Amino acid sequence: MREIFIDELVQLSRQETNLFLCVGDLGFGVIEPFAEEFPERFINAGVAEQSMSSLAAGLASEGNTVFTYSIANFPTFRALEQIRNDIAYHRFNVVIVAVGAGVAYGSLGYSHHAIEDLAVMRAIPGIGIYSPSNERELRASMRRILREGGPAYLRLGKATHTPSTEHEETDITLPRHLRGLGEKLVLTTGEICDNVLAAVAELPKSISEQLSVFSVPYLGYDALFSFLIRRNPDLVITIEEHRRSGGLGSLLLEIVSDSGIPARVERLGFPEVTRYKIGSRDFILGQVGLHPQGISSKIEALFV
Amino acid sequence: MSLSLSRCEKTRSNRIPAVGQTNSIGMFYMDSKELAKFARRKLLEMVYRARAAHVASSLSVVDILAVLYAENLSDEFGDSSPPSVILSKGHAAAALYSVLAGVGVIPISWLEDYCADGAQLTGHVTAGIPGVDFSTGSLGHGLPFGLGVALARKLSGDNRRVFVVMSDGELNEGTTWESALQASQFSLSNLVVLIDRNGLQSLDSTENTLALEPIDKKWRSFGWDTYQVDGHNHEAMGEQLMKRRESQSPQVIICSTVKGKGVSFMEDSVLWHYRSPNESEFREAIRELSVE
Repeated sequence: MREIFIDELVQLSRQETNLFLCVGDLGFGVIEPFAEEFPERFINAGVAEQSMSSLAAGLASEGNTVFTYSIANFPTFRALEQIRNDIAYHRFNVVIVAVGAGVAYGSLGYSHHAIEDLAVMRAIPGIGIYSPSNERELRASMRRILREGGPAYLRLGKATHTPSTEHEETDITLPRHLRGLGEKLVLTTGEICDNVLAAVAELPKSISEQLSVFSVPYLGYDALFSFLIRRNPDLVITIEEHRRSGGLGSLLLEIVSDSGIPARVERLGFPEVTRYKIGSRDFILGQVGLHPQGISSKIEALFV
Repeated sequence: MSLSLSRCEKTRSNRIPAVGQTNSIGMFYMDSKELAKFARRKLLEMVYRARAAHVASSLSVVDILAVLYAENLSDEFGDSSPPSVILSKGHAAAALYSVLAGVGVIPISWLEDYCADGAQLTGHVTAGIPGVDFSTGSLGHGLPFGLGVALARKLSGDNRRVFVVMSDGELNEGTTWESALQASQFSLSNLVVLIDRNGLQSLDSTENTLALEPIDKKWRSFGWDTYQVDGHNHEAMGEQLMKRRESQSPQVIICSTVKGKGVSFMEDSVLWHYRSPNESEFREAIRELSVE
């Protein structure tokens, strides 16, 4: 995903002359295509995320669009006040890019697990939150971010995934239909979409035919509100590589409550524990029940 | 000798604007010492009326700001716009606002509502107020932001310098030193930091809190061209700011100041960081500031 991000950034930078990439001394083997073609627009701020974020705001204030780039929680948590006061408050064109969403950097341990970032970014008004699940969604997100202007958070998985569907690109702010025509909604976001699809494929037909599964690349209240009103489901299941609180699931809870639709919201995500067994991403997801089998069991349990 | 250079060819006046008079087309021709005197009186009024804090912090930085705004620092590049000043010690807002009013960037009438409910002018400098491009309030943001501006300008061939005014207490913040490393690395010779070195912070002196000395050696070791001046000497500051430099390094000017400067009982006192003057203190302060 990060290679695609850089590739899209290079393509966009050939047309727009005011795009900058600021990294926190990360991206070896990834950022070179951009850094080599646009050396004057590539800035390594060093391992200094707070000043990097304010620097990005300063750079943006002079009419540029700046991408800050680091991994896991470093672009967000480490520089949260800067994001809130310097970037979001001033509405500067700064895109905060976090590579390694969720537990993509599994074996590196807790410091590298980004499982509260959606909650924290959602708490700050004025930041568009994009969590693409595949290449198409990623490129479309970046193009929308530039069109819209203003601050954005781009949450990327580490690996590259083949497109989940071959549907034409539509409005990236709307949930993208993945499978199923049932009335009960399964909403997911980001890389874990693959596990969700695998899980739904394992379900007995009597259950899966009641579901429609969507990828939600854009965590926008208004867009999802309209979507929910139109669909009018009685059950919404959310699945995210993130805590159960504060992210996609909580966003849907807010929307369901505000809309008055009598739907139940079942949130699948990380439990509220800080110590869990460490290993690869797949291993950790298995530990917390977010592997295909864990997801399908939880969904199945809702139908007894 | 006070420093005074014309900034705006449309309006030339060597008077301090009368209360209620505004200038919507440019900045006044303003003598820096007159500007500082005007600003000190005005900020006392503002702080008293609003029962606001930070009067001493504002008084220590007035001369630095007066020189920056009265001195036509953009003139050398043929640019008549105001200097790019980031007040990183945003709590000294009253000082900046009164200086901005003195040079006609904001209406003097706005000063009367300082900190009032729904007022234009708030307790920390806020973007959107004419002359203020960046809101500050939390320390340690102004320098990294200013660095980003300086970097953008350097890359686009824009000669205009960026002036970041910091407090000495603010040097506690880690981002200061991140930026110190970066500015050197990126050869940002267009970045000028002025430190309001008044020796106090909010609970005690700086040296009893987190000892900062030797400040000059610290900055020099980070690769900055480092200077020390009396932060209440307009000639000295102006001379330093107007020097033509060949250096590729960023510049820091450590301005020795007295917190609360201008009001004898507020000088060099931690108490007056937060304390707002009562009526008799206000009258005494104004009396002192009117004698010169």
